[in-house]
Amino acid sequence: MAQQAVLKDRSMVLQKEMIASHFARLEKAPENHEPVVYTFVPGNLTELIRSFGALPVLPEINALQSGMRKLSGDFIAEAERAGHAEDVCAYVKCDIGMARSGNIGPSGTKLPKPDLLLLSYTGCYTFMKWFELLREEYDCPTVLFHVPYQGDGMLEPEHRQYMIRQLREEVIPALERVTGRAYDEERLRENLVLAARAEDDLSAVLQSAKHKPSPIDGYFGTVYYVGPIFSAFRGTSEGVEYYRALRQEVEARVAAGLGPIVPDGSLDEQRYRLVVEGPPSWTHFRDFWKMFTDEKAVVVASTYTKVGGTYDFGFRHDPRDPLGTLADYCSGCYTNLNLPSRIEMISRYIREYEADGFVINSIKSCNSFSAGQLMILREVEKRTGVPGAFIESDLVDPRYFSQANIKNRLESYFQMIESRRRGAPREAVVA
Amino acid sequence: MRSDVVDWARELYEDLDFLAVHRWLADHPGAKAGGYLPVYVPREILHACGFLPVGIHGGGDRLEIIRGDAFYQSYICHLPRSVIELAQSGRLDMLSAVLFPSTCDVIRNLSGIWKLLYPDVYVRYIDVPQVSHPDAAVTFYETELRHLVRDLSDVSGHMPSDDDFRRTIALYNEMRAVIRALYQVRRERPWDLPTEELYLLLRAGEVVPAEQFIAQARAYLAAVDSDRRRPRDNSRVVVSGAFCEQPPLGLIKSIERAGCYVVDDDFVLGARLLSGDVSLDADPVRALAEAFVHTEVRTSVLYERDPRRKRVLMKERVDAATAEGVIFAAPSFCDPALLDQPMLRNGAEAAGLPCIAFKYSENTGQFQQFREQAGTFADSLKLWSGGPT
Repeated sequence: MAQQAVLKDRSMVLQKEMIASHFARLEKAPENHEPVVYTFVPGNLTELIRSFGALPVLPEINALQSGMRKLSGDFIAEAERAGHAEDVCAYVKCDIGMARSGNIGPSGTKLPKPDLLLLSYTGCYTFMKWFELLREEYDCPTVLFHVPYQGDGMLEPEHRQYMIRQLREEVIPALERVTGRAYDEERLRENLVLAARAEDDLSAVLQSAKHKPSPIDGYFGTVYYVGPIFSAFRGTSEGVEYYRALRQEVEARVAAGLGPIVPDGSLDEQRYRLVVEGPPSWTHFRDFWKMFTDEKAVVVASTYTKVGGTYDFGFRHDPRDPLGTLADYCSGCYTNLNLPSRIEMISRYIREYEADGFVINSIKSCNSFSAGQLMILREVEKRTGVPGAFIESDLVDPRYFSQANIKNRLESYFQMIESRRRGAPREAVVA
Repeated sequence: MRSDVVDWARELYEDLDFLAVHRWLADHPGAKAGGYLPVYVPREILHACGFLPVGIHGGGDRLEIIRGDAFYQSYICHLPRSVIELAQSGRLDMLSAVLFPSTCDVIRNLSGIWKLLYPDVYVRYIDVPQVSHPDAAVTFYETELRHLVRDLSDVSGHMPSDDDFRRTIALYNEMRAVIRALYQVRRERPWDLPTEELYLLLRAGEVVPAEQFIAQARAYLAAVDSDRRRPRDNSRVVVSGAFCEQPPLGLIKSIERAGCYVVDDDFVLGARLLSGDVSLDADPVRALAEAFVHTEVRTSVLYERDPRRKRVLMKERVDAATAEGVIFAAPSFCDPALLDQPMLRNGAEAAGLPCIAFKYSENTGQFQQFREQAGTFADSLKLWSGGPT
């Protein structure tokens, strides 16, 4: 692996500036009278929120950032002291703990209170309880947007109509009330045009991992790439500029035959190509990533990076049908897909990206992802013939990251892939 | 005799082979059995389409888990692994359909596992409307239910007429009325109607035809009236949180034996989620949707539209049951119960209600700690409370 001190592409600088600027604007939102809407990543309605001149805040992003900055342990302890159970979602407890500890956001600035909680209920039961809990903290209006689960593996036409009706009759009036602005469909269309442009470029970036060597890491690196589009910048000109720059950089790496930038430099020599299911452990993100790069393993695709949209499978926001396209988008987020669809997606990634294996990082406090993952493991192995590894950690609760245990499992797993390559008989595949 | 009914119910509760369902199927050639997971599905739909509705509430503490643990990590609640165990051991082979209501992500994802493991069984995840606007909610749920009617009719070969539906709805209205009567007697005279017996009856009602349950419940109520018992100096408590994965019977008995009268609970909540009768005058499917959307029963599995309601809910329940305190009993790793608990408990404590909390699993085998906790709680209520609030 090529060792370099610090590598920063233009897109990295751009993203840093965008995020810093967003949080600075959030900090001044109350004095500038800019309304603030808290919402979730899966099924976020950023283009709509922005069309009302409101600023989005994503509590999961704040929680994961707290995890990366090693603050989440104290926030979780604060929430547990207030009566929250050890067993439940660590994001929720981190967020509640953060709110009770001054609500200082990822960039070190104070986050404003929400003017509206836009509860986009998209494939995660905990979302409902999370905003019921935040409603208690902030005593502000809440509007629920119910996205029916794809239980039969598709968006049913009646469900689409139900979502459009909610947007018209519940969500838009709520946004009108808190912003004092009338719904402007033309402005929404303009935002959707910008969203689709960024989605084109992101999709090209994601699919670049089909090259060998892969110019990106489709999991650890891609959580940075999806940051702007999953948070505040879908449907903005800054978002378009960021993804254009990112795509150019990635295409340049493809042309030069280079791998992605990883913690220790550029991963040009790639021994293993993997698919990953499940969110990362944010409290030990760098250590976790290094366990892969030390073995020269690159992740070519992941499911977690699709919780905010499945663009690589062709979805684009369509300005010709503004509310319908928002419904389509929300329904198709990874968290809203049923287990057979998730299995099919992972199997497809393995085939199309020519992966050597797949790793499931099972999250202790996330039932939406974790319940059923052992079934996913078996089914994907059966369908693709490639081995899977199963490791366990947590989102932002540092108590549940066992470094030695995870490293040991991954090393065994890589050895098993090697022995298979040498033609050894099939052995136990769960590392 | 009271004991005859209780023995009947206990036998059904303890029968993990669902022999009663097999007997019913043998007696009704061509008919089907349809299972459902907690918390709530409209059993009327199954019944009207020619199915015997069968509640699947896991294996409790009577089932050794061999295959189920291979499907779930240690940090997932116990219910789905025992349900899988029942299925993988062939005990649910008689079900032609299984319905998975929108209770939590674990039960939702179990629907996907079922689709993969049992492709010949009809499987449907039943979403419920979580929106504030009642008309949108009713329209959505009605559409879901009509979809279900179509699919189940295809499986059973019987498309119910409106009159079929109305007969079914009348039957289940009667069933809910009997359950309400049982709860009322227990609320008024808990010494006469122990929760252990009430619970066994409710569980029996999950696996037998509604008519049979109604007859047995009425016989039990008559027996309770003729078999009056002496009140004890127990404390009156509400037990909250046990609406999905059911507590082992030993846990319920431990609470009672520790000196508590359980005067309200949410055990087997689906059987009484609808607070009133379903209309017999309107379109039957729409009437079922209306009844669900407008129910007065609150449950953690549904979004609470009224921001004040969480704060006052336990006080309302305690007042309605003239209780003195609240026991929050939630299954380990249960998102709905455990995420709701801080809100409910804060509201209860703000209203001056004494509370305790513990977690259980359906297969919990040691009850001493619960008994000690409940006993201490009962004593403290008697010593320090000024009587029912």
